[in-house]
Amino acid sequence: MPTVSMTVNGKPVSAEAEPRTLLVQFLRETLRLTGTHVGCDTSQCGACVVHVDGRAVKACTALAMQFEGAEVTTIEGLADGAELHPMQAAFREHHGLQCGFCTPGMIMAAVEMVERLGGPLDEATIRHELEGNICRCTGYHNIVKAIAAGSAEMSSGVREAAE
Amino acid sequence: MTETGIGAPVRRLEDQRFITGTGNYTDDVNVAGQGYAYFVRSPHAHAAIKSIDTSVLKGMSGVVGVLTGEDVAADSLGPLPAGWMIHSKNGDPMKAPGHPLLAQGKVRYVGDPIAVVVGETFAEAKDAGEALLGAITFDELPASVDPVATTAKDAPQLFDDVPNNTAFDWELGNKAETEAAFKAASHVTTLNIVNNRLVPNAMEPRAALGDYDAGTGTITIYTTSQNPHVARLVMSAFLNLAPEHKLRCIAPDVGGGFGSKIYVYSEEVVCGWAAKRFKRAVKWTAERTESFLTDAHGRDHVTKAELAMDDKGKILGLRVHTVANLGGYPSLFSTSVPTYLYATLLSGQYDIPAIYAEVDAVYTNTAPVDAYRGAGRPEATFVVERLVEVAAREMGIDPATFRKRNFIKKFPHQTPVIMAYDVGDYHASLSKAMDLVDYKGFGKRKRASAKDGKLRGIGFSAYIEACGIAPSQAVGSLGAGVGLWESAEVRVNPVGTIEVLTGSHSHGQGHETTFAQLVSDRLGQPIENVSIVHGDTDKVQFGMGTYGSRSGAVGMSAISKALDKVVAKAKKVAGFILEASDADIEFKDGNFTVAGTDKSIDWTSVALQAYVAHKFGPDDMEPGLKEGAFYDPTNFTFPAGVHICELEIDADTGVTTIENWVAIDDFGTIINPLIVSGQVHGGIAQGVGQAMLEGAAYNDNGQLVTASYMDYCMPRADDLPSFTVDHTVTPCPSNPLGIKGCGEAGAIASPAAVMNALTDALGHEDIQMPATPQVIWRAAQKTITKAAAE
Amino acid sequence: MYAFDFHRPDTVRKAATLLGKAEDPKLLAGGQTLLPTMKQRLAAPANLVDLSQVEGLDAIELKGRTLHIGAMARHVSVANSDTVREAIPALAALAGGIGDPHVRNMGTIGGSLANNDPAADYPAAALALDATIVTNRRKIPADEFFQGMFTTALEEDEIITKVMVPIPRKAAYQKFDNPASRYALVGVFVAKRSSEVRVAVTGAGQDGVFRATALEDALKARFAPKSLDGVTMPADDLNADIHAGADYRAHLITVMARRAVAAA
Repeated sequence: MPTVSMTVNGKPVSAEAEPRTLLVQFLRETLRLTGTHVGCDTSQCGACVVHVDGRAVKACTALAMQFEGAEVTTIEGLADGAELHPMQAAFREHHGLQCGFCTPGMIMAAVEMVERLGGPLDEATIRHELEGNICRCTGYHNIVKAIAAGSAEMSSGVREAAE
Repeated sequence: MTETGIGAPVRRLEDQRFITGTGNYTDDVNVAGQGYAYFVRSPHAHAAIKSIDTSVLKGMSGVVGVLTGEDVAADSLGPLPAGWMIHSKNGDPMKAPGHPLLAQGKVRYVGDPIAVVVGETFAEAKDAGEALLGAITFDELPASVDPVATTAKDAPQLFDDVPNNTAFDWELGNKAETEAAFKAASHVTTLNIVNNRLVPNAMEPRAALGDYDAGTGTITIYTTSQNPHVARLVMSAFLNLAPEHKLRCIAPDVGGGFGSKIYVYSEEVVCGWAAKRFKRAVKWTAERTESFLTDAHGRDHVTKAELAMDDKGKILGLRVHTVANLGGYPSLFSTSVPTYLYATLLSGQYDIPAIYAEVDAVYTNTAPVDAYRGAGRPEATFVVERLVEVAAREMGIDPATFRKRNFIKKFPHQTPVIMAYDVGDYHASLSKAMDLVDYKGFGKRKRASAKDGKLRGIGFSAYIEACGIAPSQAVGSLGAGVGLWESAEVRVNPVGTIEVLTGSHSHGQGHETTFAQLVSDRLGQPIENVSIVHGDTDKVQFGMGTYGSRSGAVGMSAISKALDKVVAKAKKVAGFILEASDADIEFKDGNFTVAGTDKSIDWTSVALQAYVAHKFGPDDMEPGLKEGAFYDPTNFTFPAGVHICELEIDADTGVTTIENWVAIDDFGTIINPLIVSGQVHGGIAQGVGQAMLEGAAYNDNGQLVTASYMDYCMPRADDLPSFTVDHTVTPCPSNPLGIKGCGEAGAIASPAAVMNALTDALGHEDIQMPATPQVIWRAAQKTITKAAAE
Repeated sequence: MYAFDFHRPDTVRKAATLLGKAEDPKLLAGGQTLLPTMKQRLAAPANLVDLSQVEGLDAIELKGRTLHIGAMARHVSVANSDTVREAIPALAALAGGIGDPHVRNMGTIGGSLANNDPAADYPAAALALDATIVTNRRKIPADEFFQGMFTTALEEDEIITKVMVPIPRKAAYQKFDNPASRYALVGVFVAKRSSEVRVAVTGAGQDGVFRATALEDALKARFAPKSLDGVTMPADDLNADIHAGADYRAHLITVMARRAVAAA
């Protein structure tokens, strides 16, 4: 069986995997990083979104072998130790989650959304950009609020760093 | 109000694990050596199974074993039962054949499980399962898919002993009085309504992990359940899987349910059974298409509804005939949904002197239908609120005025359909909603839209629901197979921290926070010193679980009762320490004080003293500080409110935008406004989904056309607006906390608000749900043609 | 997903050799359509040839009046490319509207064209803009490339290396999303070039992307929304499904075309 090597949440990992192993299976089953979820089979729901080399990717629609040598960040690797990422904190502060199942994908999508577009983001942009993430619990109202707040916080952090 | 007490918008305690990816859902649980189950399912809607040749699996890689319907029969495992008895008009009991765990000679819908193959990996199990499907010989039968046509004499029959595919024909209300009301009416409004079939679509697919401990003979099943104790009871008492004391059900973090995870399904039972048979753990996780095919669906009513008025628009009577589709088999609570959860709410918020409802429940070759968020009550609200809106329009009365004229104003109010409404102020919520939506300014906005070539409409929905389900005696008299109380146990540790064991189950509702708020409030303790334990039959003695917006009104009332007992005993302990009678001990903000003195002791010290038992003897009282309670409600609760939807149609494409949404709900006491608003938002989204996006569609052969997110339209962020959510409050008199329940209101209220707004914009009533862009475009063509003719 | 062998060649030549020699091979570009299809076990290649390590396949350059877009250019790159935005803003906008952000981070123009999904966006752009599909063997004009849904002029061991897109005078794309899948229920790309007007329609045709000649004729005299007044599309060869009947699709084509012309 071939071996796949990549860096996941800052740690180098290497494991045997069948070529048909999806990235999400590699994360959940081989590495036991079960924070990344699977909610559909057709690449629609976004519960499986992780970052690969800084880009948001649906881990259910990618083979682990496509990412040989890549840097992968999952929800487990987003916080800086005990300190939550501003987007994680914003989801809690604004009640942007209920059952929590879509949440890891939502947060990873939201972080990349801000990194890609800059912030703060307005409601229309956020709603449009969430096209690839489905939530059944929240009606999106508080997710949108959380991302707006998180995007403001992230961009204020960027501004401070630049100053 | 303290920062963490009742009424405070406490940030959820459970969120830490969900936002850091450290939640623990069923599919996250792994047992060393586990095999993986793949269910071989019927590709046909209706067929006899002639033979299953399991020998094709010989030599296939990674096959652990296979089980079929023959094995189910050999092990005497019972079928999935119907848990609510309904009687037909003539007194006959309903016809409710059981649903075999694995097919017994016949399959009745696409997805019906036939066999399970357990493999070393899921891929190997699936490879083998596909091979096995090829080795099954079917005798395909014509399918009966349409709920109205299924009762015809020449329709294909699903069961030998269920004539006309009819489970029951049931009635409620007074037929003669209702007919008299219609005779006396000066205006009658008639509507034909299709309440579309929905797929609940919790984002976490159903999953199960069965494990068998040969040493103790215990089966443990991790399962995506809203009520693990009920699951264990059913698996034990009805399915004969194992006696309750040798069966443990654990529902860990559950990723949404909305009703679909109330029921016991074949898969979790089979995983437990297969674990015992094959002596190794067996795991199954549904693929999304499997969820579409086999999760219990919701709604699916075809209704003729009529409303009778006098010449002033006062409602005289309501008459309803509904055909309810049960699918291929009765599911656990499916027979209660179109009956006691539906027809009992047909009075809405209105004083209607006479109501008569008839419901025919029928079988078709489709997935079983059961409770989905609201369960019967959305269907009732839709009937009532569409009728009322159309009646007002037909009589030339403003719909708000029409409603006010007919609102119930005095409480308690006995409706003609069983329910006794305890309290409410329907006028208050309507007025508040009209102010917030700026109803007066609507005409101006409509004209502005018209200038842009757009059609604008506004629609009301004044809903009522019966929640806090439910008084056990009452539901028992109506046919329920169980009581619907709730249990709680409050354990105070020697260091004063508190564990609350509850029979309610959280799958997104935030119980770990709201329940802890109640405890923090009552015991004056920091909320982080409280933990809520649920979802494990080895930890919590028993519980009825979470559905029907019951966890606050029933589950928290049980905790409240247990807390009363804990405080009473703690006072006794304090009395011994402070050398005073417990009657003289006051408990406030976590301190016990002898009334009128400065003698006082804090909570932590009392907890420790309860356990060290140095200050009292065996004759005085038992050591320890732990109390349990069962709470059985005395009535249903009746949350009610008004939702208003304002929208704009682009007639050129049918694309419709919700411009404003105002929800005013009366949920009684609110424990955590943040969580309550979240429940409303989510409910509205599901209701808007029903009205405009979602619909499970079967073709004539019984194939589910909408079996993935490619074809079943889930509401996305850009389909919805932000909502204005506010409240009026009339505390519920029938439980100690004044709670009514909030979980289903949004889904109950919203479809009628959308359709009333759409039909207002269109100027005619000729449209059904789901009003997709195509459906709205077609309806708008009629509007344009009509306008041209005028 | 069925088992397969995985290959990562670093040159087009090696990839072509694999395609020629390996049993039942399939190219993997972004994988956003292929992998879901394989997961559903509707496709089962024995060998998967990943193009992501082939150097130079993702370049985007303007040469004269023609954009050269590498086959492995991801949708997000095309959408955000200053070169594309300046030269053919309609193409950048189209790329920015494919699927969702995560799909755009993986999906490629070459993969989309080679797959020729009847509801994909890029085929409409390629056809309307009279693009040339360049392979390891030859150059294929868009008019010859698309041969019915999921069917193209590509030979079995042929690999798209880039797409050449001449800059039009005016162009715009308007898409009406399938409410569920968010693929194009109807997508109309209009392009006005010095010599002609081209209107390509995706999502609607039973045979995949096609040119709407009735609309082209109407726009020839004057490239303005008004020119389409009263012009109707025949519904005969259009798709009908639960989301849209053929008549609704036909109507949407004219609406999207009018809006595209207005936006161009």
